[in-house]
Amino acid sequence: MNSLQPNTDNPPAPWNIELDGLCLGYGDTVVLEEVSDILPAGEISVILGGSGCGKSTLLRHILGLNRPFKGRIRLGGKDLFALSPKEFRKVRRRMGVLFQDGALLGSLTLAQNVGLPLFEHTNLPQRLIDEVVDYNLSLVGLEKFRDYFPNELSGGMRKRAGLARAMVMNPPLLLCDEPTSGLDPINSAQMDHLLLNLKRNFSYMTIVVVSHDLSSMQKIADHVLLLNRGRVAFAGSKADVWKSEDAYVKDFLERKEPLETHTHTLSAEASRALQRWIDP
Amino acid sequence: MALNRPHILAALGAPVIDFTQSCGALFLFTIEAFRCIFARHMLRRVAWQVYVIGAKSFWLILLIGLFTGMVLGLQGYYALVKFGADGFLGAAVALSLIRELGPVLTAIMITGRAGSSITAEIGVMRISDQIDALDVMDINSMSYLVSPRLVASLIVFPMLTAIFDIIGIIGGYLTGTVLLGLNQGVYIARVHSSVEMLDVRGGFIKAIVFGVLVSMACCYMGYFVHQRRDSAGPEAVSNATTAAVVLSCVLILMFDYVLTSFLL
Ligand SMILES: Nc1ncnc2c1ncn2[C@@H]1O[C@H](COP(=O)(O)OP(=O)(O)OP(=O)(O)O)[C@@H](O)[C@H]1O
Ligand SMILES: [Mg+2]
Repeated sequence: MNSLQPNTDNPPAPWNIELDGLCLGYGDTVVLEEVSDILPAGEISVILGGSGCGKSTLLRHILGLNRPFKGRIRLGGKDLFALSPKEFRKVRRRMGVLFQDGALLGSLTLAQNVGLPLFEHTNLPQRLIDEVVDYNLSLVGLEKFRDYFPNELSGGMRKRAGLARAMVMNPPLLLCDEPTSGLDPINSAQMDHLLLNLKRNFSYMTIVVVSHDLSSMQKIADHVLLLNRGRVAFAGSKADVWKSEDAYVKDFLERKEPLETHTHTLSAEASRALQRWIDP
Repeated sequence: MALNRPHILAALGAPVIDFTQSCGALFLFTIEAFRCIFARHMLRRVAWQVYVIGAKSFWLILLIGLFTGMVLGLQGYYALVKFGADGFLGAAVALSLIRELGPVLTAIMITGRAGSSITAEIGVMRISDQIDALDVMDINSMSYLVSPRLVASLIVFPMLTAIFDIIGIIGGYLTGTVLLGLNQGVYIARVHSSVEMLDVRGGFIKAIVFGVLVSMACCYMGYFVHQRRDSAGPEAVSNATTAAVVLSCVLILMFDYVLTSFLL
């Protein structure tokens, strides 16, 4: 009845994710430089950083969607970009991914979206697919919306449905881009709970969560990777992050305002024009 | 400053190189799409696309086919009657439809009706990460999105072309006999005696080639919408849709000339 039951006969070996001297970006622009870290196997790693610092970009590279300019990404010791196409696909099958905006297929209902990997890769009869889909939708609290199309849902609901789709094959690597942003506190806590549950039930599952939610990090993280200004500001265990002496890390954790005050000012003409617009 | 301006050869050459590169990429894209035909659930996806592309264009084809035939009947009659050859109206209408106008107009109509929405749909999927999501789930996005549309076009284009031809010949019959008082038997007999299997085959070959061109041009423009240099996001999708329709029409007329010169 429960897809949270691990397959105990033959659990896959847990994979870590090794980032080795990465330099990445788009076209000619470098977004991140000298990123090196090991995201430990079987644990939850949280990638933190301000908006626009390149968290999603890093994730896209770990997924093999973009190639780094320099450096290596190793999943379970295998260099992602040196694999044969066949092996690469094998690695992909081990991944479950939640994209930042859910990336649900607009032409399919929620149930079809969540069941898509099962429908495409397994020979399960529709009855069993439906059962697994309903179970996963209930995990994220969307069982009543199985026949809705993605554009009939709110952003947070799309995100939760995206997570249900990512989890549906019990992937050894689960990568989530901001699972809790856009969710209310209760749903957000439920999401954290869900991730912790996954970790507890599947010892082989390596979970990577991109986030800028500190409370969620505090609750779920084993390992923390903090990015700032295109570089790694901190990489290490959650206990160590609080002990860090790095100025940015401290500011980030204490949600401090930046020291340099805002220097831009509006010209008198512009302010007057705005004022007149409001109050003619 | 004059030094900074590109050399005239470079300015002329760049678009030519761009165009050649796009054609090469489109060709490779087409080969990949054919290669990805043999996938799971392909029959189901093709059936759905046949319905989407075919149903969208069906009534339009009926309407355009009827009026094309009627205009041909009218124009053909006044041209032929000058030589006292108005009895050949049936042959003129049927041959020009089957050899030329049927395949070309059908292809252009499907481009406008279904082709543009193919580009828009795939383009939106690209910019909202849906194609990346498919790839990450190890669902081949080519065989999920592109190959079904290719196969569906191979089925739909000849079918709609045939419908266009038939309804066009009926349109010519209506103007020729009902309006202009031509003998009904003569019209039909001329159609029957003038059209040969060779003409029909040529028309179908054109329809099939146009099907490949249109579906591939439209899928290609949508699939690579994120690589457009002129724009990004929703604007890129709209530009890509326009570009797909223009490219399809240009390719249809170019290949029409090439095919005609081989088939005649
Ligand atoms: N497709 C792209 N082409 C070029 N530059 C891009 C592209 N996508 C993102 N960028 C740039 O890369 C940088 C990092 O973007 P990214 O989406 O990785 O940020 P992020 O850390 O995920 O932010 P957020 O927390 O807001 O999601 C940004 O400066 C952005 O302008
Ligand atoms: Mg992001």
